[in-house]
Amino acid sequence: MPGLIDTLPGARRVEAHRPWPRVVVGEEGWQFTARQLVDGQATLLGLWGEAGAVHMAILAAPTNEIAVVTCECPGGEFPSVSALHPPAMRLERAIASLYGLQPIGLPDTRPWLDHGCWDVTHPLGERGAGPSERMPYAFLLAEGDGLHQIPVGPVHAGIIEPGHFRFTANGETVVRLEQRLGYVHKGIESLMAGATLEKAAQLAGRTSGDSTVAYALAFAHAVEAALEVTVPPRAIYLRALMAELERLANHFGDIGAICNDASFSLMHAQCSILRERVLRAANSCFGHRLMMDRIVPGGVADGIFLHGSADIQMLLAEIRRIFPALIELYDNTASLQDRTVTTGIVQPSLVRQFGAGGYVGRASGRAFDARRAPGYAPYDQLTFDVPVFEGGDVNARVWVRIREVEQSLSLIDQIVDRLPDGPMRTGIDMAGAKGEGLGLVEAFRGDVLAWVRIDGGHIARCHLRDASWFQWPLLEAAIEGNIVADFPLCNKSFNCSYSGHDL
Amino acid sequence: MAVIVDVAIQGAQMLLVLLLSPLLTGFVRKIKARLVRRQGPPLLQPYRDLIRLMRKDVVLAQSASWLFRVVPYLVFATTWVALSLVPTFRTGLLFSWSADLIAIIALLGSARFFLALAGLDVGTSFGGIGSSREVMIASLAEPAMLMIVFMLALIAGSTQLSTMSAFMNSSEVGLRVSLGLGLIALIMVAIAENARIPVDNPATHLELTMVHEAMILEYSGRHLALIELSASLKLLLYVSLIACLFAPWGMGTTEAGPQALAIGALTYIGKLAVGGFLLAMFETAIAKMRVFRVPEFLGAALMLALLATLLRFVSRSF
Repeated sequence: MPGLIDTLPGARRVEAHRPWPRVVVGEEGWQFTARQLVDGQATLLGLWGEAGAVHMAILAAPTNEIAVVTCECPGGEFPSVSALHPPAMRLERAIASLYGLQPIGLPDTRPWLDHGCWDVTHPLGERGAGPSERMPYAFLLAEGDGLHQIPVGPVHAGIIEPGHFRFTANGETVVRLEQRLGYVHKGIESLMAGATLEKAAQLAGRTSGDSTVAYALAFAHAVEAALEVTVPPRAIYLRALMAELERLANHFGDIGAICNDASFSLMHAQCSILRERVLRAANSCFGHRLMMDRIVPGGVADGIFLHGSADIQMLLAEIRRIFPALIELYDNTASLQDRTVTTGIVQPSLVRQFGAGGYVGRASGRAFDARRAPGYAPYDQLTFDVPVFEGGDVNARVWVRIREVEQSLSLIDQIVDRLPDGPMRTGIDMAGAKGEGLGLVEAFRGDVLAWVRIDGGHIARCHLRDASWFQWPLLEAAIEGNIVADFPLCNKSFNCSYSGHDL
Repeated sequence: MAVIVDVAIQGAQMLLVLLLSPLLTGFVRKIKARLVRRQGPPLLQPYRDLIRLMRKDVVLAQSASWLFRVVPYLVFATTWVALSLVPTFRTGLLFSWSADLIAIIALLGSARFFLALAGLDVGTSFGGIGSSREVMIASLAEPAMLMIVFMLALIAGSTQLSTMSAFMNSSEVGLRVSLGLGLIALIMVAIAENARIPVDNPATHLELTMVHEAMILEYSGRHLALIELSASLKLLLYVSLIACLFAPWGMGTTEAGPQALAIGALTYIGKLAVGGFLLAMFETAIAKMRVFRVPEFLGAALMLALLATLLRFVSRSF
């Protein structure tokens, strides 16, 4: 069966892009790819720019084959993908903000990450002077009798990340929600350019603190693919162990926080205890509660997991003792079920169109999990299920998390059982190293994509795409027709990353 | 001499409730924290918060009118006066002859009316949301409350709280179905009126779900302190009201000597502790309801009170 990229008109394959191919196409091939996305033949995985070119990562539907398609645009313009395929909209607006590349036919030309506060424009492309005064952001209109606007954020009443939400409501019913993000833009992609491997790995692990393991892993996968480095088996298993611990900690935190947003603090308190136990076990095994900087390109950091798995086994025993009672508490508290069931429904068609991963996708029937397909070691040797629910509401997103906790427990068991001995790390010789690599890793909230180009021993360009890029827009759809007071609950059930998105 | 004693006791009651109310709030918070295995803030934290707020400057929104500045004092005054009418440790208070239970409801109603106006006054969207939700809840809670008052008045033959309390303490009452229904209805109204879970969450940080807190979001400094104190007073008022009507044991009478008064005060504090503990238990065991479920909740309170009143007409013994 010919792959998708073989059918692309005018495609030229790029050497040294691993593990999946990259092809350079003209405008015709670019638009052909966009139409494949519209037809559902492929799912958009990422869309990013660099000086003079834009890249699009796609996942072909039947074969789960991944490819990167590049459109060179020396004139600073490229045909807009979102003109045909709306999920690419914010990605293209971000490219326009950062690189100054203009998507021709982009339906929404308002800047995305650039709020007009920087002293430059297009910081990663051809730089210009920043604007002398800030232009007001034109929020989309909703017209009708009795509609009123509620601006929320970017500074909130609780200690959470900043984002602006503009509600148009009719009384309590939300007619339209529009998000404005970009408040925590840290310039990670700009810092990456020219960074050493060590520095870049640290930066990747700081893109979104709650997913630091997943980001470091995605980045390491990309680098190892680019430089064809083989990772020792012990490191592969320890990486998976850390990734599952991170998933456990975050899922416990989320389940509790969702219940807390329905003012059910009992569940929050119990889940916080479990989360704390996981973090302490991580600290004692890996020397850092969030396991930051423990995964490095080539393997894992030295000096971790010296004391073996006793702490992990105690942790598993405790979770298995307490968690079933918590599931029962969640399921049997009628007042809580009344809040979560049928609240914030996301349609399966939207999830498929946006290629939303993680619990958002799996709660609406999209069974995508990067650990399963395309899959990466050691998950190909471990048994686990990918829980999928059809409801698409807050309740379904809670249940996906609950089932994933159970799967993670079983995975940790298997990993600890089979943990091989041997070296922890393969040395990487960066002198004159050259290559391009792509990594796709399942973080707790969905698939994280890392693309890296190494040239002359340094990182030439690195792009990290959080799962939230394809989940945030669905939140706007999920809240429509719900009441304003249910937004925090919906928002928490999505728990999208601000930091990972704003980069 | 009798007048001086009466004045002294009325003054003592007013001071007592003012001093006790933050403690009750702190107690409920502490119990709630302990129930979810947290250490919780110290019992005296609400006092410290009030002192801290009193010392702070007031930050006023540019769009705030004189109404916004006056409302905290009005709310505090009306709530305090309302509470001074509720017998706590002794019946037959000096003030209680000048106003009855209906007057208490009216006082609380006007406090809420002004607070809702103040929420709208600054013109922020949260103030508007809070006021509209608060008024929706009030419009359902007040009829239910009045229906409870009618039912109690029919049984006790008076709307005067000291008389009602004395009647409830007498052997004439016995177990009555209508009283049971009335108690449940009164608790439901009290929960709604005090912005407790499941109607509102006093501890939430989510601005979009707030009712009472959204309304007072623009207040700061001593204004906020007064509003917080009024909220504590209101909680104390409802617990005292329930105690005085449905658990009037131990309360001193007009003839009581110092010893009886001391017993009255001690049992009163005991009743507050039990009330606060039960409230904390209930709040921990339940999630907050959707805003549009509140009418059903308060509708149920109204129906219970109505049923209690009707039962009273069916037979004197109900």
